[in-house]
Amino acid sequence: MAEHIADNISLRKKLRRSERKKKLQAGVLIGPLLLVMLIFYFIPIGMMLYRSIDNTMMREILPATATIMDTWSGSGLPDESAYAALVEDMKVAYPAKTLANAGRRLNFDHVGFYSLLLKTGRKLKKIDGPPYKEALIKLDKKWGDPAYWTVLQRGLKNITFLYLLRAIDLEYDGNNKITGVPEDQAIYVSIILRTVYISVSVTLLCLLIGFPLAYFMATSTPRVRNLLMIGLLLVFWTSLLVRTLSWILVLQNKGVVNSILMSTGLISAPLELVFNRIGVYIAMTHVLLPFMVLPLYSVMAGIPSYYVRAARSLGATPMAAFFKVYTPMTLPGIGAGCLMVFIQALGYYITPALVGGPRDQMVSYFVAFFVNERVNWSMASALGVTLLLMTAFFYLLFGKRVNITNMKMG
Amino acid sequence: MAVPVHATTGERIWHYTFRVLVGAVFVYLLFPILTIIPLSFNAGEFLHYPLQGISLRWYQDVIANGQWAVAIKNSFIIGSCSMVLATILGTTAAIGINRTDFPGKQVLVALLISPMMIPLVITALALYLFYAKIGMNDSYLGIILAHTILGMPFVLITVSATLQGFDYTLMNAGASLGAPPLQVFFKVVMPIIAPGIFSGALFAFATSLDEVVVVLFIAGPAHRTLPRQMFSGIREHLSPTFLAVATLLIVVAGLLMLTLEILRKRNEKFGKPANVAAN
Repeated sequence: MAEHIADNISLRKKLRRSERKKKLQAGVLIGPLLLVMLIFYFIPIGMMLYRSIDNTMMREILPATATIMDTWSGSGLPDESAYAALVEDMKVAYPAKTLANAGRRLNFDHVGFYSLLLKTGRKLKKIDGPPYKEALIKLDKKWGDPAYWTVLQRGLKNITFLYLLRAIDLEYDGNNKITGVPEDQAIYVSIILRTVYISVSVTLLCLLIGFPLAYFMATSTPRVRNLLMIGLLLVFWTSLLVRTLSWILVLQNKGVVNSILMSTGLISAPLELVFNRIGVYIAMTHVLLPFMVLPLYSVMAGIPSYYVRAARSLGATPMAAFFKVYTPMTLPGIGAGCLMVFIQALGYYITPALVGGPRDQMVSYFVAFFVNERVNWSMASALGVTLLLMTAFFYLLFGKRVNITNMKMG
Repeated sequence: MAVPVHATTGERIWHYTFRVLVGAVFVYLLFPILTIIPLSFNAGEFLHYPLQGISLRWYQDVIANGQWAVAIKNSFIIGSCSMVLATILGTTAAIGINRTDFPGKQVLVALLISPMMIPLVITALALYLFYAKIGMNDSYLGIILAHTILGMPFVLITVSATLQGFDYTLMNAGASLGAPPLQVFFKVVMPIIAPGIFSGALFAFATSLDEVVVVLFIAGPAHRTLPRQMFSGIREHLSPTFLAVATLLIVVAGLLMLTLEILRKRNEKFGKPANVAAN
């Protein structure tokens, strides 16, 4: 009896040990990939997220002022010690040329700060000694305006929400309250809405033309199906740049489409089909269509034809049999295809950049714009955060209802 | 599917209308690719029809022009290195993930395939800022690692798919007969999951060959790849040479597709013999 129990315990121990061994093996096998992804993917993305609120640079440029401003009440004008600290900091920062960086950063919050800082830096030599408060106000009366000191205090904190707010068209007003930016400067919300609008349109277009194609493939003879599949996969494997370039050539004024339309006499002057929204829809739908057709086809190929035949024999009209019996069975494919197309469309950059006009650019374009043209990495990061949140939001909203295994490709 | 004899007139009309519709969709799908190929053989300098004679001058230009040669070389180096890395890392991880169940497995898998879902521009910006800190912008290694991460999810998915029916006791059997782990992998596991590994590798290579957003951010002029070269060219100075390059890339796409189709057919034959007859 005792022996039996001992056996039982040792067996359980053995089982547990082998389970632990399996887990250890799994850990060793996944480890290298996880490490590479941690260092070269998750940490960089984390750093980018932090970059959108990181403001430590300002404290490095104006350290003494920052310390004083931490304790300032924020009402009226600060006292002499703040002015003295500012002069002390600028005496270092102006020759070191870091004052311009601080100016650019503050100017993003409040236009006019850049010239104020640089002008003050340039004329520092004229200030002989204390009291600095009067001296600075004499140099530029903006230093006597509490609004500038509010901006400065806000701008010297370790973190700032300025960029994230700006990415959704918000800013701080004179009383440090969050408010909407003036209407003529509000652009990002409309860009976000445009991005969603284009993505939804492209998804619907893909569904509209992808569904019949997938249905035809699923119901035709193997020979026809293979031929269509090869065509679809050839397009799928062809480089995005090649397909985008082809559409520019096909849709241009002297392109094939316009030539055909003009030779048939349907139009007398070439249609504007590219470098505008039409071009974006045509090219993006084309590029993303395989991501709709492949999951749809794989679901449709698994639907036996006898369901529809049964419905017909029970008296359903062809329309009723199709919409009430067949279509509901394709829903997993529709879901997977739409999610795949929509999520990818949200982040599209290359195709709209090449075939769209200025009014057809999406969020991704502006991320690149702030890196390449404006060299404002914080604003680029803030827009990146917006795009990431959008993607995550829609993924969580729809992803739960869609089986990810339907998203296999090719 | 011919029209059944008992079909009504309405059904007949729909039968043919539907075929015309599908035909139109298919034309839309293949149209841009089919128009660009003949144009690349144009003897003239125009980028539209009619052709002004047939010549190979633009293909000669691709070879003669140093920039394209560099871009082709870069694409090949970056594509093959990232393919090898992605395949090794993705395959081992796929085996580890499918080996056993553990808490948080689904979250881990979601994290590992997240590079497929997260917009490229975010990956590009994040790596650009990170590489700026550690001095890895404008380097082969930086681009190769970036493309490894972008290609790896495909390897993970294709290898996981072939591992679905894999019998792990085979590994134990190999080990109990005295084979060291690496030998077990190459002699027992590898032959069974080879089609998955191979298709994953091709996906990873194609991903790298097609990727331009990350390269746009982190690559310097010396590390320009083919799509990067095409991107700036399309914006600045489009010439028929681009059509020759595009045609070459279409040929590459065709080769990739055929290889994968052959792999898939083979896999089907070995995996589910019952399906061969149906096909």
